[in-house]
Amino acid sequence: MSNPQNLQYSKEHEWLTAADADGVSTVGITEHAAGALGDIVYVDLPAVGDTVTAGETCGELESTKSVSDLYSPASGEVVAVNEDVVAEPAKVNSEAFTGGWLFKVKVTEAQADLMTADEYTAFTGS
Amino acid sequence: MSPRLTALDALHRALGATMTDFAGWDMPLRYGSEREEHLAVRTKAGLFDLSHMGEITVSGPQAGELLDHALVGFISALGVLRARYTMICREDGGILDDLIVYRTADDEYMVVANASNAQVVLDALTERAAGFDAVVRDDRDAYALLAVQGPAANAILSSVTDADLPGLKYYALLPATVAGKQVWLARTGYTGEDGFEIFCTPADAEHLWHALTEAGAPHGLVPAGLSCRDTLRLEAGMPLYGHELDTSLTPFDAGLGRVVRFDKTTNGGDFVGREALEAAAAQAEAKAPRKLVGLVSEGKRVPRAEYAVVDAEGNPIGRITSGAPSPTLGKPIAIAYLDAAHAAPGTAVAVDVRGKHEPVEVVALPFYKRAR
Repeated sequence: MSNPQNLQYSKEHEWLTAADADGVSTVGITEHAAGALGDIVYVDLPAVGDTVTAGETCGELESTKSVSDLYSPASGEVVAVNEDVVAEPAKVNSEAFTGGWLFKVKVTEAQADLMTADEYTAFTGS
Repeated sequence: MSPRLTALDALHRALGATMTDFAGWDMPLRYGSEREEHLAVRTKAGLFDLSHMGEITVSGPQAGELLDHALVGFISALGVLRARYTMICREDGGILDDLIVYRTADDEYMVVANASNAQVVLDALTERAAGFDAVVRDDRDAYALLAVQGPAANAILSSVTDADLPGLKYYALLPATVAGKQVWLARTGYTGEDGFEIFCTPADAEHLWHALTEAGAPHGLVPAGLSCRDTLRLEAGMPLYGHELDTSLTPFDAGLGRVVRFDKTTNGGDFVGREALEAAAAQAEAKAPRKLVGLVSEGKRVPRAEYAVVDAEGNPIGRITSGAPSPTLGKPIAIAYLDAAHAAPGTAVAVDVRGKHEPVEVVALPFYKRAR
């Protein structure tokens, strides 16, 4: 698997796009994380309008074997959530970097220690 | 301590398996999607490496009497080449492990223990063998164990062995040649499907894995890991030691009192735990304080082991022992010990999922039973 070069990555295995013209970034979990969790069966996301804080939990991902906290890699207001993955959680496994995105946030501040794709690849040893 | 590796370790890694530590063994958790592996076993077939299971051979003129004394079952009454699900208990009736015992010869039995308890069982059998003309042998390193489970298992095995498969009934075994290798071929499993367990030498394991993979390809056989093994046994309502069974529980607590054979005639009818188990049987008969039941949720949150079960007012009435999203039912399911007053099928209760009460319904076990 390869981690897209255009994304930033957190140690908690979330990815974050560069902000668009409106200052909005998209958040998801990496293919590495989705693979480690196994089949994801339930996704609990923040609601549109919620304020999330960089490095803090903002939801849960439940797989066959475990429940994992979802951490936000940026602070700001949630402006959209991916209803497709709520309806079909397996999409997080099959399209972690694309159709399996989780939510969009109008970023006030990104997490301080985000990594580049190469740094994250080295971090996960994959 | 570094984990123990099965004879098939390199093969699992080549297949890209996600490995996990299980009772000191590095075992394949899943190769791809555990849900797809689960569904393959239900509809076609899966190939498992179960080499972590603990084989103990008990042999000698009094091997049967020893096992009658050491275990709760009437083992000496088992026919040669037949198998029996049984348990080993402490003097106080607490379950040390659940076991399958295979009678491999008139004076020889193979006891298969859970990996996590193999040493405990070996030690207990060795200690309990005092005074019996029988030998207890640690055969954990002598065997690798492969399993082919699923509706296509019979067709797959029949293409690699001349053994009399129609004559090999559920819970029976045969010395057989499979893909040119001498094995013990048993019709046992832990999935709720028809299937076989193949005890072979570690040296033959890789050859057999390849032969079974090749023979299984046209039938849709896939390699299957421990993750789907757990959801398969959960759907089939089969207990897992450390979850539904432990030393604080008797077989009667677990609703498995039938494995305790008070009618044994060997050793004057005495066996380890008899007195405590008679009391447990009487209590279960009169008024069981709690029962092992199934729970089904219409929601999406998964009730998991150790979560509390609560009544409509939020009072605790039990605890979950195992839970998972059921691939076959398409809903979260769980097994739980519930206060008897709430244990009737159809009762509406709730599970405390991290502070939120998710409604669930009590159902009879198992969740899944294959059509025969």
